[in-house]
Amino acid sequence: MQKRTWLMAAAMLASVAPSAAQTIYPLNRAEILEGSRFDFKVEFPNAPTSADVKVTINGKPVNEAFGREAQFVQNEEGQKHSALWLRGAQLPAGQYAIEATQGSEKATVNWTVYATEARKAKNVILFVGDGLSVAHRTAARILSKGWEQGLYGGELAIDDMPNMALISTSGTDSIVTDSANSASAYTTGHKSCVNALGIYCAKNALTLDHPKVETISEVIKRKRAGMAIGVVTNSEIEDATPAAMVAHTRRRSDFNDIVKMFFDVQPDVIMGGGSPNFLPKSTPGTKRTDDLDFIAKFKEAGYALATTKTEMNAAVAGGSKKLLGLYNTSNIDGAFDLRLAKKGSISKFPDQPDVVEQTKAALEMLKGAQDGFFLMVESARIDKYSHSLDWERAVFDTIMLDNAVKAAKDFAGDRNDTLIIVVPDHAHPISIIGTYDDDRPGQLLRDKLGTYNESLPPNYGPRDADGYPTKLDTSRRLAVAFGSYPDTCDTGRPYLDGERVPAVKGPDGKTNIANEKDCTGPLATRKQGNLPFDANSGVHAADDVLLTAMGPGAERFRGHKPNTFVFRVMAEALALGGK
Amino acid sequence: MISHRPHLLPTLSRRGLLTGLAALPVSLRAFAAEAETLTFDGLYKSFGVLGFQFSDRATFLRGKPVRMLGYMAPPLKPESHFFVLTREPLAICPFCQSDADWPVDIVVVFMRAATPMVSAGQKVAVSGRLEIGSATDAETGFVSQIRLVDAGFHSV
Repeated sequence: MQKRTWLMAAAMLASVAPSAAQTIYPLNRAEILEGSRFDFKVEFPNAPTSADVKVTINGKPVNEAFGREAQFVQNEEGQKHSALWLRGAQLPAGQYAIEATQGSEKATVNWTVYATEARKAKNVILFVGDGLSVAHRTAARILSKGWEQGLYGGELAIDDMPNMALISTSGTDSIVTDSANSASAYTTGHKSCVNALGIYCAKNALTLDHPKVETISEVIKRKRAGMAIGVVTNSEIEDATPAAMVAHTRRRSDFNDIVKMFFDVQPDVIMGGGSPNFLPKSTPGTKRTDDLDFIAKFKEAGYALATTKTEMNAAVAGGSKKLLGLYNTSNIDGAFDLRLAKKGSISKFPDQPDVVEQTKAALEMLKGAQDGFFLMVESARIDKYSHSLDWERAVFDTIMLDNAVKAAKDFAGDRNDTLIIVVPDHAHPISIIGTYDDDRPGQLLRDKLGTYNESLPPNYGPRDADGYPTKLDTSRRLAVAFGSYPDTCDTGRPYLDGERVPAVKGPDGKTNIANEKDCTGPLATRKQGNLPFDANSGVHAADDVLLTAMGPGAERFRGHKPNTFVFRVMAEALALGGK
Repeated sequence: MISHRPHLLPTLSRRGLLTGLAALPVSLRAFAAEAETLTFDGLYKSFGVLGFQFSDRATFLRGKPVRMLGYMAPPLKPESHFFVLTREPLAICPFCQSDADWPVDIVVVFMRAATPMVSAGQKVAVSGRLEIGSATDAETGFVSQIRLVDAGFHSV
């Protein structure tokens, strides 16, 4: 009772105390590409009139600084704040101090608007390993190259790149971020908040009304008529990372709007899963709520359509330069299911391309573009399988990413005109702690765990030509631990019957409990979760991630950088600055 | 075994139980007895990237009473006149926030009247009249392709 009274008193106090100061978007310390477009917005608390406020940019009135007239909205959307807006603003290179004064309250932010010098790269290929953490990478090297007496049997394609940097992935609202916000940092150069794409998170109620920042696809489409753009993923194409190429929304799940945004920007090559959001609401299987038929629209706009690997290859062979490839209603199956387990949706969609095949097809279609190309390739399910604590599937998709990078390196060869960047968007808390050995004495999973010098190397089956082990359910297996989990049961073995489901809804409908299906095997171990009770899977980690890069412009990557720096290096390599 | 007689969960609150009983159509027992069973596997004859085709059986049963087994997706409200029936319990969906994240082969169940929901992920048997073809729910804007209307359900 006492606590409740105190809380009520605090709430009352908050309502009469001075509220937060005015907020200026872009936020403080923003680094903005010269000539890129952004929505300028200042929010003033308590809904003042325009006469009560003053905004200056380097001492000049806003209209003069931008050369255009800003709009003042009192009581925006009926809320208790007013807003000054200038959509689609641009600025020449320089340092800017923005001051917003309201009565006696003054807020100041500083921006750097940077120019770019001569163009260094004709092409940029950005590989995003979604959720790719250091242990995924180490495990992929062990599985695909082998290990003996302290040395690996070889290097991954992503290892053997000359430049490297440690990247921090935080968003404006959280140390631990999500894929939408972190991919958006790569494609716009601006920090944003969890679940947001191509915007700053302001007070707007509608998800599509927040202040927008231009994506690299939009800059290229606006300024470089001869340059092509490709977006390739094995998630749904509307999902966070590919959507970051085109989207502006506060809510990443606005899939139907995101399909429209893909159509507005029109990247030349678009490949992934997620077809239901392209189909009009009259089609069985659709997820649209309107009559728009985006399959027809893309075809009318000159795109070839592929729904299988065979059709994709035929489009490439036929010389298509614009392709909409949709290979699954949901995510494309990962490498573990495509190659070994044959679970997931393989029976429904038996002819799906993997990320490597998609990458090769995209390069074939884009390489003829007169003024070069920008290609984003995502290996999306490293993250999704890590959420479900299914590390074998996540590591198979890491090997798949590496093979796709190898295809890009083969394309780049010694031409020295292609910048290749491989970067995770955030980490998962995952580590390799030894090996499970069924021949160790004892009945429990932890009895089977060999640590330090007792961890004998794994005995996975022979590797196929693409570097994937052909048998994983062997007597000595990597022991991989996740740092975040719900109540779950760990079998210590790969999940050959389909992706792991670590937890299911409990009887109260809110709390998640261990999935009993995994609790009965010979070594099955019940683990009490360390996440909140409503969690049903693992969560992301704030840990820094490793970027590797090669090609012109890659030398900028060294030491520790924020994720927004990746955009800057790409924009500089392509000389996208200026009007 | 699954009872053919639709009934409501014994764990319902007294108020909810009364509401639920009031909502039960008088003829539901007879209705359920003559209902044909339709499975998730039997809904479509082709299941492709560019849309699905309803199976001949689903087309034949259009407008007729049918029974389906499935799982209750997390309901929007504790008491509602509709819920989403799924093939598998929805367990993994880290960013499930909107209908954009539904599986594609859901069936929407419209009860005759607002009914207390059982817990999410619960296996249920539903009896209702089969409707197929695109329709938008006037109240929520929810678009569905296949529905069971005037329906009742019980957990199994």
